[in-house]
Formats: sequence, C-alpha cells, structure tokens
Amino acid sequence: MSQVLKIKDLHQTFEQGTVNENRVLRGINLELAAGDFVTIIGSNGAGKSTLLNSIAGTLPIKQGKIILNGNDITKLPVTRRAEKISRVFQDPKMGTAVRLTVEENLALAMKRGQKRGFRAGVKKKDRDFFKSQLAQLNLNLENRLETEIGLLSGGQRQAITLLMATLQRPDLILLDEHTAALDPKTSITVMQLTEKLINEQNLTAFMVTHNMEDAIRYGNRLIMLHQGRVALDLTEKEKKSLTVTKLMEMFQEQVGAEVKDDAMLLA
Amino acid sequence: MINTFWELFLSATSQGLLWSLMAIGVYLTFRILDLADMTAEGSFPLGGAIATMCLIKGINPILATLAAFVGGLIAGFVTGVLNTKLRIPSLLAGIITMTGLYSITSRVMQNAANVSLLGKDTIFTIAQNWGLSRNNAVILMGVIVVFIVIALLVIFFRTEIGLAMRATGDNIQMSAANGIKTQGMKILGYMISNGCIALSGALLAQNNGFADLNSGVGTIVIGLASIIIAEVLLRNLSIGARLLTLVLGAIIYRLILALVFQMNVEPSDAKLASALVLVICLALPNFHLPHNLKKGDKNVSSLKN
Repeated sequence: MSQVLKIKDLHQTFEQGTVNENRVLRGINLELAAGDFVTIIGSNGAGKSTLLNSIAGTLPIKQGKIILNGNDITKLPVTRRAEKISRVFQDPKMGTAVRLTVEENLALAMKRGQKRGFRAGVKKKDRDFFKSQLAQLNLNLENRLETEIGLLSGGQRQAITLLMATLQRPDLILLDEHTAALDPKTSITVMQLTEKLINEQNLTAFMVTHNMEDAIRYGNRLIMLHQGRVALDLTEKEKKSLTVTKLMEMFQEQVGAEVKDDAMLLA
Repeated sequence: MINTFWELFLSATSQGLLWSLMAIGVYLTFRILDLADMTAEGSFPLGGAIATMCLIKGINPILATLAAFVGGLIAGFVTGVLNTKLRIPSLLAGIITMTGLYSITSRVMQNAANVSLLGKDTIFTIAQNWGLSRNNAVILMGVIVVFIVIALLVIFFRTEIGLAMRATGDNIQMSAANGIKTQGMKILGYMISNGCIALSGALLAQNNGFADLNSGVGTIVIGLASIIIAEVLLRNLSIGARLLTLVLGAIIYRLILALVFQMNVEPSDAKLASALVLVICLALPNFHLPHNLKKGDKNVSSLKN
C-alpha cells in the first residue's frame, strides 16, 4: 500500500518563551497508508485539534515535517493544501457559507483547489449531479438547491459539509469532532454517512472524536494522543476485539496512574 | 404645493441615483466582505477630481468618468494590499489610504481646493443636447450608469470568482479550506467597491459643476444610511434585488434630507442631519416594532454588536 501522509517529528509549542509556554505536540511521528481510516482520541489538551490544524495548514509549523503523497507541504498555506486535503469542522456553522444557497456552496466545493474564473459559478450541468449527490443523504435536500444554507439545521449542514468535502475526491479528509455538536440521532446519521462516503471513494481519513465507541466502531486504525505524544496506535486486528473498558485499561498501562482525571474525562 | 413636492421628488431622485453608486460601493465591502472601509471618503473626491481634470482637458465625458472609476480601483487596491498583505486592520488601512489620498487628489487638482467645470461638456450635457431638461438628463444618465453597474455586479456575483468573493465575506475559514484565495478576493472587493465610489464622485462633480477636495467628508455615512434604509424597508433579498433597493434607499435618504432643508436650516447643518437620520434608521429596528416588521431581521441585527 502506498503511503499518503507522513508526519515527521512534529512539535507545536504555544506562547514559546513565556511563562505560559505550552508544548502541545511533542514529537508526533505517523504514517498513513492509502485507504487508512484513522480515528484519534485523547483527553482535552492532548493535541488532537492541534495535530489536525497542523496538517490542514491553519497552524504554521516551526519544527517537524508534513509530507503528502511524497511532497513536502510543511510550508504550504491552507489554500494550496486545499487542493489535496478537505476538512469538516466541529461546528456545523464552520463548514458552509450561510448566506449562500445549497447549490452555491456545493459549486464552491466542486472547484476546491482549482482555478476560478468568470464562468458561471453554478453550472446547469452540475445541478443534476448535485441533486443525485444530495438524494443519497436521505435528508430531502435534493429539492432545496436554492435554499440558503443558513436556513438548514445543524445536522443537514454537517451532512452537506461532508458531501462538499468529498465532491472532489481529496487525497486526505480531516474530520474534527464533526458529530460532537449534533444531537445523538443526527450524530449517528452523519457518522453512517461519513463511513459510506469514505468507503465508496476509498478515502484516507483522519477522524478526531470524543466518542470512544465511535473511535472503536469506525475506521481501521485507532490512535490515542496523550500530552502531545502518540500513546496508543492500534491496528484493525487489535481494534476488532476492543471495548471501551479494555481501551481505558490499555491507556492506563501506557501512561501510568497519573491519568485518573483524564480517564474520567474520556469516559 | 404639489409642484414643489414634485420638484423635490425629482431632484431627490436625480441626486439619489448618483449617490446610490456610493451606497453600492460601501455595500460591497460593508455587507458582502464584512469589512469597514473608510477609503470611501478619499476615493469619492478622487473620482470627482479625476473626471473634472479630464473634462477640462477636453477628454470625452464617458472616458473621463471611466478614468475616475479606474482611479477608485487603484485606491481600493492600495487599501486591499495594506489590509491583507501588510495585515493592517481594515478600518486603519482605509483611514491610511483616505489620508494619503487627500494629497493625491490635491495634486490631481493641481493644488486647487475647487475646480470649476463651467462651460465644459459633461456626461449630462450629452443628454441635454438631446433636448432633455437638466434634471431629466441627470436622471436618464444616472439610470443608465446605475443599471450598467448593477447588471455587471449581478453577473459577476454569479461567476466562480463572484461566488468565491461572497463566500470569503461569509465564512473565511471555510473559504480557505476550499482553496479560495481569500486575500485576493478581499483586494478585488476593495477595488470594485472604491471604483463604484469614485464613479459616484465623478458623476456628482459633473452634476455640481465643480470638483471639491473636501467633498469626501461624511460621504460614508450617506452610503451607510442608504444601505440601512434599504435593509429596514425590505429584508433578506437576493443580491440583485438588494442592489436595486440600495438605489431606493439612496433616493429616500435624499428625500429626507430635502425635507429637512425645507425647514430653513443652514447648508452646513446637512452633516448633522445626515448623522441624525442614520441614528434613527439604525436605532428604529431595535425598538418594539410589530412582530411582522422585526421578523427575519438578520442583516440589521448584526449591527447591534
């Protein structure tokens, strides 16, 4: 299997050189093969979001390297990385432009990472494609192409964001606790949709989650971050027999007794 | 009495049409890109100065007016670069450009504070030569220019770049994540906005018969007032419809001012009247209006913060 993403000795330190210095990432080394669907867990402050932001490019990198498909993207800005990486945020409001219609948002995502010109923003021929894509969400959105996104619910918006992230096949999709702000029922729908889209296109995915069950149920690899380091890295095989309790035990073994509080947070 | 009112109305319409380009320009940065841009008060007199000096040199009025538009584009480009590339906050970037433009406009006017257009051909005398009255000529030319500008903007905002610009103002993180060059979009927005404002300055200078170095003071308030009036009257419209209502807002604003002037006030009181009108328009939606007036009041509520 070919390698899609390689993270080499990535460090992130906030407020470096001050009393508030916070070493959020302390040397992350990871390799993702094509088709890997990795779930990432860890307590608050473990560095999950920082890791994702470093890969997406929203956080500049001072130490370490990020290599995508063999190309060093460490210094590339967000807009350039967007050619290959798509992203779904935790806040459903973040992934879409509220005052634009459903079809306008989808049209924007269709051109992710490509040159934009003076051709029609929403093309007639794309409308049928958008409709068929929306239909598979089963949220009755296929007839609401001209509805402003702001009028839709959080779940509907998150589903559309997911669709937008996969309209142009990305080399890597980043999911940042994208179901955390949804109610339990919608959360399940969006998770199932996530799995479906990832499987259909055989995407390489990084999914941060606070939900341990989701982390075990979905994906073929599970990573636990603790204090800016990879504390656990479990393969598909190891994941199969895993339960939340077992995962907690393994975690305790790895990092010792000091994490009682974290354990509470995770449970 | 009816005649006086009709005359007031006609004059407000002609003035409002020319000022509506100012409102459209301010709308582009203030609402579409969500930026406060004070460059307006510099690009407005710049537009007037460029058009006037071109006309004095005997250049075709349409070309002179277009030259003013280009001047506005450049002014907007400067603010855009200050804001995005040099990371100066938009409000400050605008103030900086506005301040610098004062000297540039003064240079354009060859260090005169006023330059008269007496006896020169303007875009309005073209229409007058077709046998129209002065006021009708202004209204006709105003309608033509405003129509062209709005049509071009509506078409632009439906293109890929236009969509990307609207997305940038709406949700900048999402735009960047979709590969939109948000800095470039902002610069382009500043440019088009100030182009429209300079165009407004060029038309008003031709209408007034002179260019005035100090004519920019308080103009952004006129633009804002027109926007707020339009938004209070009609809420949640598509972009094209909103641009059209800005014209309506500008005309109503002129009408209000004209009525104020019927009450024997000094010309210099105009700015205070403008400020008060804006206060009333901004504050009105916050009071207890009937529910059907408050509903869906998305645009104005964001101003409360």
